[in-house]
Amino acid sequence: MTTTTQPSTGSLDRDAAGAVPAVSTHGLTKRFRGGQVAVNAIDLEVPYGSVYGFLGPNGSGKTTTIRMLLGLIAPTAGTHELFGLSMPSRAGQILPRVGALVEGPAFHLHLSGQANLTRLDAADRTADPRTAKKRIGEALDRVGLTVAAGKKVRNYSLGMKQRLGIAAALLQPRELLVLDEPTNGLDPQGTREVRSLVGSLADEGTTVLVSSHLLSEVEQICTHVGVMHAGNLIRQGTLEALREGQVARVRVHTGAPGEAAAVLSRLGLEQVNRQGTEVSAALDGRAPEEINAELVRSGVGVRGFIVDAPTLEDVFVALTGEGFDVSG
Amino acid sequence: MSAVDVAARSLPVARPVSTRFFRSELAMVFGRRRNQVALAVLGAVPILIAIAVKLSTPKPGDGGPQFITQITQNGVFVAFTTLTVVIPIFLPLAVSVVSGDAVAGEAGAGTLRYLLVVPVSRTRLLAVKYATTVVFALAATLLVSAVGVIIGLILFPRGAATLLSGNTVGMGEVLWRLFLSSLYVAAGMAALAAVGLFVSVLVEASVAAMAATAGLAIIIQVLDAVPQLHAIQPYLLNHRWLDFGDLLRTPMITTNVVHGLLIALAYAAIFFSLAWARFGGKDVSS
Repeated sequence: MTTTTQPSTGSLDRDAAGAVPAVSTHGLTKRFRGGQVAVNAIDLEVPYGSVYGFLGPNGSGKTTTIRMLLGLIAPTAGTHELFGLSMPSRAGQILPRVGALVEGPAFHLHLSGQANLTRLDAADRTADPRTAKKRIGEALDRVGLTVAAGKKVRNYSLGMKQRLGIAAALLQPRELLVLDEPTNGLDPQGTREVRSLVGSLADEGTTVLVSSHLLSEVEQICTHVGVMHAGNLIRQGTLEALREGQVARVRVHTGAPGEAAAVLSRLGLEQVNRQGTEVSAALDGRAPEEINAELVRSGVGVRGFIVDAPTLEDVFVALTGEGFDVSG
Repeated sequence: MSAVDVAARSLPVARPVSTRFFRSELAMVFGRRRNQVALAVLGAVPILIAIAVKLSTPKPGDGGPQFITQITQNGVFVAFTTLTVVIPIFLPLAVSVVSGDAVAGEAGAGTLRYLLVVPVSRTRLLAVKYATTVVFALAATLLVSAVGVIIGLILFPRGAATLLSGNTVGMGEVLWRLFLSSLYVAAGMAALAAVGLFVSVLVEASVAAMAATAGLAIIIQVLDAVPQLHAIQPYLLNHRWLDFGDLLRTPMITTNVVHGLLIALAYAAIFFSLAWARFGGKDVSS
């Protein structure tokens, strides 16, 4: 291994509450042959019990990071621990507590979904063979694949494979689930199902590290967020902390945009912006109903009145000055 | 959840010994249609040989594979003849397919990363994959011998047999020597399987790994057949493969067979170690 590991000091990193984080990395770096730095000295910290949205455009280093976390590829520099135990030296103790979906599901196509899960369970020395059948059945049931369990994976749709991948991660009770783009290839209904599944697992106390390039998708279920951009972890923290400094905007559709803009300015709102029949401004903590009332009092005909909460997309743009698109 | 709770949680305990993964791998290898076809083809060889000999009795001096002229005296020699026929190409091809697919097949399908995060340690994965391939090689060899004995005893005389050294021994003794011969042949194939395993960790396309291993198996046949290369031939994996005939003498001549076993052991040890060294630190990004 080319890992540069520092000797473990034996002390555990603890967050303010005294809990050992589920994942913590220190200067974790991956430089590929040819010199391209895929992950650049990141200090990731996934608090125990959190749902951590690991966000970033395609190609920003999320999957490479996840592969390093799970010991599939060796970091060029830096160290990382899961549950306070050093990887990869303690992988045998760590990984049974982790369920993972890495870069899409992968199964033997000539075997049935159930046979694939049986095989993975057989490979797990910590799994009790006596309960295998029951656990496999429950995992399939949880992702709604009971009916298709006996079908060859060759005949599964991508969405079904994705769900089978999640079932594989759920064969044992896990403390940490690492889900890399779990909704790739799913239709909107499937996406909702995965989201609610992640939600219910989190409610049971499972820590979830979920990566996505779709901000809106993850925003709804996360407690914490880390944002990757071109191999760097540019921000991480609670969702609220990340949104701080980002202000909601109010948008008014009206036949009299000039007057509306004047009213908004008079109310002391900033960043008043006029575009066609729409006038927008930063809400800045003001109650939207007061603004609407003032508009009406001033005789501005309000056709539409919208408050846009700041989205992660806005946060991302503010952080990088770029849209959340593929980064090279 | 506090740190105390985390620590108090009962941590998963790995059973020190579990054959479940190994058994599951065996079921995979023997359940694969491709491998079943290979076994069926191998099993058909002794039947073809027996029928051919039945239809046209070979005479000494006609040429043909080792032992073919003894078949009409004792049916068990169908098995020995078949071993001679399948050793150069058929058996190595079947072993190349299974061993080349061992790791590369998982990498190509993407299932390798899921096995590793189960977790299966890389050493254990290689050990289980190799053991499975060795079992396949042994099963293929024994199948050829068993089918040979059965078809031979149906079509040809049974009972006492005359060995190469001229002595006559009973049926039980001949079968015992056939069993020893099969084990010897399987040992050579097991060594080839280690080469295949090494190739299998080098590449990510299983077809490439199978083809490369089969190619190597053929190249060593060619090298062993070129007289000018006699200096290196004692070190070729296949050089002593056909010497199982020495076990059909009384007393058994073991010099060449022991040499063949030592070569097989050396190849198996070296190539398994190489596979382990390469795979142990390899980035799995498939």
